[in-house]
Amino acid sequence: MSDIHEDLARIVGKNWVSSQKEERYLYGRDPGLMPPHEPEYVVMPKTTEEVQEIVKLANREKVPVVPKGAGLSLTGLVIPQRGGILLDMKRMDKILEVNDKAGYVIVEGGTTHATLKSHLMKHYPHLRHSMPDSPPIATIVANAVIHGQGRLTQQHGFNSDMVSGLEVVLGTGELCRIGSCAVSQYWFSKGPPMPDLTGLFLGWFGTTGVITKLGMKLYPCKKIRDAMMFLTDRADLVPDIMRKLGRTEMMEDIVSSFAPLPLRLKGNFNILIIITGDSEEEVEFKRKMAWDTLWEYFESRDGGFLSVPPDMKPALLAMPSKDTTRFADTSKGGGFEYSGPITPIEKYPEFIAKLEELASKYKLFYASSARVIDGGHSMMFSFSYTFNRADPDSMVRVKTALDEAAEFALEQGGVIWKPNIDEQKMVMERMDPNTLKLMMKLKELLDPNGIMNPGNWEAK
Amino acid sequence: MLELKFDKSKCADCKAVSCLVKCQYMDFDKDTAKVEWQKVIDGEDCRVLHDCVTCYSCEEYCPFGNHPFYLIVERQEEKGILPAPRPVITMWINQCQPVGRFMVGKVEEKALSYCFLPIFNELVKGKLFDGIWPSMIFGQEFFCNAVYLHYARMSVIKDRLPKIVENIAKQGIKELVCLHDECYGTFTSIALAYGIEVPFKPIHYYEYLHDRLKELKAEIKPLNVKAAYQRNCSARLIPETDHFVDDIFGLIGVERVKREYDGENGLCCAELIRMSKGPKLADDVQKRNVDDMVKFGAEYCVFNCPACYDSLVERVMRAGIKPIRMIDLCKVAIGEEQSQKPALEGMPVLKAAMEGK
Ligand SMILES: Cc1cc2nc3c(=O)[nH]c(=O)nc-3n(C[C@H](O)[C@H](O)[C@H](O)COP(=O)(O)OP(=O)(O)OC[C@H]3O[C@@H](n4cnc5c(N)ncnc54)[C@H](O)[C@@H]3O)c2cc1C
Repeated sequence: MSDIHEDLARIVGKNWVSSQKEERYLYGRDPGLMPPHEPEYVVMPKTTEEVQEIVKLANREKVPVVPKGAGLSLTGLVIPQRGGILLDMKRMDKILEVNDKAGYVIVEGGTTHATLKSHLMKHYPHLRHSMPDSPPIATIVANAVIHGQGRLTQQHGFNSDMVSGLEVVLGTGELCRIGSCAVSQYWFSKGPPMPDLTGLFLGWFGTTGVITKLGMKLYPCKKIRDAMMFLTDRADLVPDIMRKLGRTEMMEDIVSSFAPLPLRLKGNFNILIIITGDSEEEVEFKRKMAWDTLWEYFESRDGGFLSVPPDMKPALLAMPSKDTTRFADTSKGGGFEYSGPITPIEKYPEFIAKLEELASKYKLFYASSARVIDGGHSMMFSFSYTFNRADPDSMVRVKTALDEAAEFALEQGGVIWKPNIDEQKMVMERMDPNTLKLMMKLKELLDPNGIMNPGNWEAK
Repeated sequence: MLELKFDKSKCADCKAVSCLVKCQYMDFDKDTAKVEWQKVIDGEDCRVLHDCVTCYSCEEYCPFGNHPFYLIVERQEEKGILPAPRPVITMWINQCQPVGRFMVGKVEEKALSYCFLPIFNELVKGKLFDGIWPSMIFGQEFFCNAVYLHYARMSVIKDRLPKIVENIAKQGIKELVCLHDECYGTFTSIALAYGIEVPFKPIHYYEYLHDRLKELKAEIKPLNVKAAYQRNCSARLIPETDHFVDDIFGLIGVERVKREYDGENGLCCAELIRMSKGPKLADDVQKRNVDDMVKFGAEYCVFNCPACYDSLVERVMRAGIKPIRMIDLCKVAIGEEQSQKPALEGMPVLKAAMEGK
């Protein structure tokens, strides 16, 4: 057993570190398509101090540190490209504070969306957070780190926009507070009126530090949530439909789904609209707004609302939605990955055409769901393909299709969301050179030994 | 090519033009109705083809059984008139297309048809179905397709129905108890109107329930309640089955309230109206319907069709009336549990109202 193992055991206790084959095997891969690479050590810290000590140790020994939440981002972001220490954050799962009046929560670095959701339902039923549709074990911090989107993204932007403060262990092991919490006991702002330094950590995939605490804004949990479904068979109308709905500033969420199966979805763009209200009048008013907004498409017969029967509603309203998870196993054998560029809504028709083109070229089963972000400034468009892990050929076909989708998204003026290491290179190649230089300088400053999730956001 | 058995001369001799004059959604006096109907016959573009809410009622209003509604549907399709938004029609056509996936139980000569409605699997429990279940069929391959009448797609019905009939016959079924009213309407009315031979005997489930209740008479505890009855669109294709409602109610001690919107004057559940004409008319129809149930003191609203139930369940409950399906009502009368309780999770507004109380 190496010294590092012993040192880690001394820091976290021997039950929470492993360099056994089994753990290294499991922590060397994620459910997506990037090739596996094993860590030497897997460690599960419980406190910020332990994280600090681990990072300091890693600096001393010049071994990589890769923070991991639930490992569900699918694009290999938690695969230790250069081995080293895999930092599994799951034990740091506490909810430290809910500030009801200012409307935020402070969670630890590995707290899951499920934990927060149930905590709020039980203790603060009038408050909610923006739940993504990933399996509920996904962590709040990692979701913010990759600029995830959830049920409130249509109204309030990326889930990372809702961050209201951070505590970070820098790549050097130093501890740092970011946002209002740096000068006050309150975690109400991630930066303003001071410089917003959260940008040094969000979107960096753990390459600049380990987030040990995060403040997240909470929003009113209205008493009533209801689902409406609008269909159109014209891709060219979807951007306007989504934009118009977004601009009502009345809808909780707007998601357009497109897939050849189940048959009821085939041939149409199925736009789910969630409305909320504290009273029947409020819900009715928003329902009417949705109808009025889309009346022209209804009249032209190019679009129409589908009445949603009561037995269908719970599935549409579920948070997280189970649909993507169900889709993920369509090919059986547990394989699913999506490329989800962030792009202007107007690109929807081109992206749909590409989705189908790639599916037919590589003989893949496909689906897409596009979520409106921040009232319509952009959307996340997913190119989702399934594969069977026992069929290597299907994996190659999906990977090739996703690579082409990423290339296409960039050509179209989109930006790749949670890019894998190859896609990060594509992004950096197109990036304004001075921006790239700035990024690299910042990275070097925060992680001088290059130990933090190496392989990611690396220019060379 | 299957052709509608429509006899122009019957319309020529008709003085009442009931098909249009009695319509509850379009206003016609006899004279304008006569002119308008002639346009439909001649295949001219006219108001009816655009304004029809597809409630099927004119099939019942026509005293000659001359299929005015099927003619309207044919004409709408010929002219490419869309009674509902195109994507909604596409959704229906795709969703119910036969794809070779279906479920059959231990099929015997007499079998239950669930059509393509999984809800029936929950409903057909208990003594009422002893002796027949699990002789059942379910799936798109057995789906009656009548719904396309709402969408001006008689071509889909004509295309799929003969095969559906064949699929059922192939199971060796001689008597088919149609749990979905529309199936019975399809196999008796539509099939007849287009000369499609049906080599098995369709039995309306009301008739089946009535016969079973007579056999279980000793177990019936009269319910002594007043109920409003919600007539559904396909009941207009088979008005001859309506007496079973009274027969069943008579056996189980339910009074069918004599309200304004029952019988020939019944109102559509209106969810299809919402999808085709928008919320204003649909809300108005639903409100008038439920207000009428309240006015006549109904304690229950009894549903035949699962779609009507879904459309009206929330409104009915909010009016303080208990929604119940006919099968469940019969079950309760013989002391069994109601299998389908309204799912509050799917009615968020009502749920919030109830939690607020
Ligand atoms: C079926 C399915 C549906 C999905 N739907 C959505 C959706 O609707 N919205 C959405 O946003 N995503 C979705 N996703 C993608 C993904 O699952 C989520 O974004 C999820 O929140 C990622 O969290 P995680 O804990 O799994 O992250 P991980 O994969 O564990 O980590 C992601 C990144 O964060 C870094 N990281 C982790 N913890 C820390 C830390 N404490 N400090 C610094 N860096 C850290 C990791 O190194 C990695 O780079 C979906 C995924 C699946 C499989």
